Amino acid sequence: MGNWDRFIETFFNAKVMARYWPDIVDGLWVTIGLAASVVVTGLVAGLALALLRSLGWRVVNWGIVLVVDLFRALPPLVIIVLIYFGLPSLDIVPSGFVSTWVSLSLVLMAFSEEIFWAGLTAVAKGQWEAARSTGLGFGQTLLWVVLPQALRITIPPLTNRTIAITKGTALGSVVAVTEILGQASSAVSNSYNPSPLTLGAAAYLVLFIPVVAFGRWVETRFAWRR
Amino acid sequence: MAEPIVRATALHKHFGALHVLKGVDLQVAERELVFIIGPSGSGKSTLLRCLNRLETPESGSVVVDGIDLLDRRTDLNHARQRIGMVFQSFNLYPHMTALGNVTLALRKMAGKSRAAADAAGMAALERVGLADRAGHRPGQLSGGQQQRVAIARAIALEPRVMLFDEPTSALDPELVGSVLAVMRALRESGMTMVVVSHEMGFARAAADRVVFMDDGMIVEQGRPAEIFETPSQARTQAFISQIQRH
Repeated sequence: MGNWDRFIETFFNAKVMARYWPDIVDGLWVTIGLAASVVVTGLVAGLALALLRSLGWRVVNWGIVLVVDLFRALPPLVIIVLIYFGLPSLDIVPSGFVSTWVSLSLVLMAFSEEIFWAGLTAVAKGQWEAARSTGLGFGQTLLWVVLPQALRITIPPLTNRTIAITKGTALGSVVAVTEILGQASSAVSNSYNPSPLTLGAAAYLVLFIPVVAFGRWVETRFAWRR
Repeated sequence: MAEPIVRATALHKHFGALHVLKGVDLQVAERELVFIIGPSGSGKSTLLRCLNRLETPESGSVVVDGIDLLDRRTDLNHARQRIGMVFQSFNLYPHMTALGNVTLALRKMAGKSRAAADAAGMAALERVGLADRAGHRPGQLSGGQQQRVAIARAIALEPRVMLFDEPTSALDPELVGSVLAVMRALRESGMTMVVVSHEMGFARAAADRVVFMDDGMIVEQGRPAEIFETPSQARTQAFISQIQRH
């Protein structure tokens, strides 16, 4: 058997692939569910923190900055492991899925808060003044005048960051989440053949290439044009 | 003089260590057009911004149309609908059309339905001669047109007083005339106006009173002819001769 045949046999083993591809597809759905949950909760929490920060309560803002810096500094895998193996000692026993979802949401919250906050502060002070001078209150000015402009500025960096963090769902394999990588790893152990990893990589491409393409489209669509 | 519609008394304001307003009194009668002139840093914009409480003076009182703006119990948002303001840099909302800019406060604050707000908004745009630009965004309008939309945004709320903070300073010279024409029409409709500006020609033609400020104080005030031709204070003379040289 030549090198090439051995390579094909190892990574593109048709028999193994045929046997395990349904597992990978199951994993694909778990990854999609996990990623979608992270995107929703992470972005909503990040926006909520940025809006809270815009109220300008000093002590609250210190707290926000502390939390945000904490979750930007910690590697996501460390947070996942801490939650999954640490919380049970407090009689809270989160599943691997929940641990990964909460961890990545916290990380996305931290990064997106900074991006939303940067967007909010980038809107000119004159916009606030003009709106307030017509009698609009703080909340209305934020909602109707400032936030729409801030979101427009934030969409490109936000899209990039969201994609980067969503790919972190693969870290869930460490805490027994049956997402793509988790399914592929157990298939590798069971079959003594790494071909399922090839399938897993293909599954990630199927999932994320459209997302990345969407991100590229969003960036050009929302590029500055006034 | 009847009860003034704007009565600011003994205003003091600091920005850090800088004493910007040093006990300023200003009264404006109904239907009066008052011009405030003075060198940059003299406190004239700050004074104007105290009149709708975009700035809060540390002491003194500001009463507009019978409402005490410095009273904690005053509903400031409600009061501000009676006080229109036009800014040097227009400050239109870039993500909305001209009509959207004009109707936002009408819909959200004055509680008008969309149809009623649109009708009032179109009437306001009509008054500034831009009804045909209602669907344009600020980025598609010239500076002069943007400033007229900003004026429409303020007058749509039917304010009792209009404040203008250097409304033509950011405009190319050829666009100034269109904005001044709108201001003149507003003046003729009987609007009470307080204008910070160096448009001396307009001041001469339209102002009832010119107020000269320097170093956080009102140095002197009077009819335009008095202030421009026979000012009594040396500082006023120096300032007038300086801007007339340009």
